[in-house]
Amino acid sequence: MGGGITLNDFLVLSLIIFSLGLVTVLTRRNAIGILMGVELILNSANINYLAFAYYGGGKYDGQIFAIFVIMLAAAEAVIGLAVVLAIYQNFKTIDVDAAETLRG
Amino acid sequence: MSPFNLAAINFVWLPILPLVVVTVAAMAVLLAGVRVDDSESEGLGLLTLASLAVAFVFTLGILGQYGVAFAGAISVDSFSAFFELVILIAAMFTVMMSLDYAAENRIPGAEYYSLLLFSVLGMMLMAAAGDLIVIFLGLETMSITVYVLAGIMRRNAKSNEAAIKYFLLGAFSTGFLLYGIALVYGATGTIKLGPIHDALASGAMGSNPLLLAGIGMMVIGFGFKVAAVPFHMWAPDVYEGAPTPVTAFMAVGVKLAAFAAFIRVFMVDFASVGAHWQTVLWVIAALTMTGGNLIAVVQTNIKRMLAYSAIAHAGYLLLGMAAGVRSGPAILYYLLGYTFTNLGAFSVVIALERRGEAGNQISDFRGLAARQPLLAGAMAIFLLSLTGVPPMAGFVGKFYIFSEALHQGYVGLVIIAVLNSVVSAYYYFYVLVAMYMQEGGVEVERLSARPALVAAVGLAALATILIGVYPQPYIASAANAFHSASGAEGSHSAALEP
Amino acid sequence: MTTWYPVAVTLLVAGVIVGVMCTINMLIGPKRPGAIKSEAFECGNPPSGSAWGRFSVRFYLTAILFLIFDVEVIFLYPWAVELRYLGMFGFVEALIFIAILCVGLLYAWQRGALDWD
Repeated sequence: MGGGITLNDFLVLSLIIFSLGLVTVLTRRNAIGILMGVELILNSANINYLAFAYYGGGKYDGQIFAIFVIMLAAAEAVIGLAVVLAIYQNFKTIDVDAAETLRG
Repeated sequence: MSPFNLAAINFVWLPILPLVVVTVAAMAVLLAGVRVDDSESEGLGLLTLASLAVAFVFTLGILGQYGVAFAGAISVDSFSAFFELVILIAAMFTVMMSLDYAAENRIPGAEYYSLLLFSVLGMMLMAAAGDLIVIFLGLETMSITVYVLAGIMRRNAKSNEAAIKYFLLGAFSTGFLLYGIALVYGATGTIKLGPIHDALASGAMGSNPLLLAGIGMMVIGFGFKVAAVPFHMWAPDVYEGAPTPVTAFMAVGVKLAAFAAFIRVFMVDFASVGAHWQTVLWVIAALTMTGGNLIAVVQTNIKRMLAYSAIAHAGYLLLGMAAGVRSGPAILYYLLGYTFTNLGAFSVVIALERRGEAGNQISDFRGLAARQPLLAGAMAIFLLSLTGVPPMAGFVGKFYIFSEALHQGYVGLVIIAVLNSVVSAYYYFYVLVAMYMQEGGVEVERLSARPALVAAVGLAALATILIGVYPQPYIASAANAFHSASGAEGSHSAALEP
Repeated sequence: MTTWYPVAVTLLVAGVIVGVMCTINMLIGPKRPGAIKSEAFECGNPPSGSAWGRFSVRFYLTAILFLIFDVEVIFLYPWAVELRYLGMFGFVEALIFIAILCVGLLYAWQRGALDWD
């Protein structure tokens, strides 16, 4: 690879995106916002899988894993939006703090 | 040369036959139930029950087999079979609890029962996984369906709230698990459990930072799924808000599957780097036991109380994991007893429920012994087993886990656990006192009209006593199951021939 | 870091060009605002309503159904690339995969997710 982009660069990029996702999840109160943070985390993991697959010597496991993660992200988005719609119908908001009838 | 080595894909159907049965049944129930009215879903429930029984019989065929199938994606051993059987039992109990509940509460039957089956599919995949992709796929198949099941009563605000909380925290924890798996993959260069085991056992890894970070993040991911403190905050709200049969399914089925994968990955494949994670689990186990038990004391809602109790029991199981490989059989036995005890307790909770929330308060149990002596007697059995009073299954399980941990020198942790058991006696006995020594509470109606629910309570009570009084065969099969997992992966046994 | 030098130069040059063009446009371009010019452009048709208006929640179902078959493709691509090598085994597996998806579609159809009204 010479002086070009190395595995470490990908790991750092992935870590940055992971941290951004983490901050998003922890600071947002809006359900859709949290979902977007989760998607960032999933995609940061995907960068890792592809980087390890590429630099790990032609092993395809990582690429296959990445495909499944993409599928998972889609499934989670669908379910998440469905739950958010149901929440909206009952609470008229998608702020997660508003849905606080359960306590103890 | 293509990268895919098809010769290695040994085409064996037998190990995945139970999974195929469950999948086909899920699709059949979904299509058959489209036109069925929500209040007449019992037929779909019986179909579900029958297909789970068929899957159970096929799973018995795996017992004693040994190897890997689908190029290492599926582990075929008694460990998979043990967990698949217990998961199927838990699912059958859940269906028995749901038959009347779903119809009375107008839960859409086609969706409910097919999601239940898909969730069982995910759990069984986790138990039978041979690589990290399959563990991840199983986990997500299970989790995504349970998110929907928790919120399946769409008009009920609490059910909605349970769904959104479970979904958001579940998705978040998935991210951690996924990132952890990625780092372990980077460190070892493989996602197959057998080769990971060999790579770590060779000692070449040492304390590779990628590996350590990966293991740490996987602990967080699994910690969320088994509801270990401090990753437990979703559990009580979700358990309380979800429909009660779904709560039972989450407290037992999800926990079984998560522990199946957790144990297989950590106690078998990461065993050689145990020094790196056992201390972490020590701390988490102590926190989980103490946190779960202390907060359970102040609960007034029985579902919340059982949720915290489930957290505390996860703590005892984590104690076993922290104590190392020798505790493996004890953990499996404990899970077996826990399954029947908790399913039974939730069945009684359902029996007290009528259309909604009535019956969910601990005060609703007052005077139950006078009105329904048998129901109260069964609940007493479950509570005693949860406390760990002989001769119930819970006692033998606790004794077994604690003594194995003592043998390995974890005196401090066992002392914490025993103190916690004393605390737990307080809130379990509180319900006993309410049932036997106080007046009031709710009227239990139409018990005779719910034969399936009564059968669930009765069978669970019988099993709780039987497994406790006569534990030898169950301990033996738990030991056999655990050892077959640790043996199969170390030696890379040849793939099964058809 | 020297390998990143060309990237930095490219970014710099691109930024300068865009900045200069926008500035020139702002300074010497004629400005004759009118009601028609401020309207949203919708393929030449007169716009109906605001672009920020709410969409019917029924689009959500359409989006889900689209997503199923959208994501399906990423599984079929690797299979299609290695189709000859995977042979009959892979072919049958792909058929099973598509059949399971069709069950989902059949369910959606039976539940009326495909009816607009």
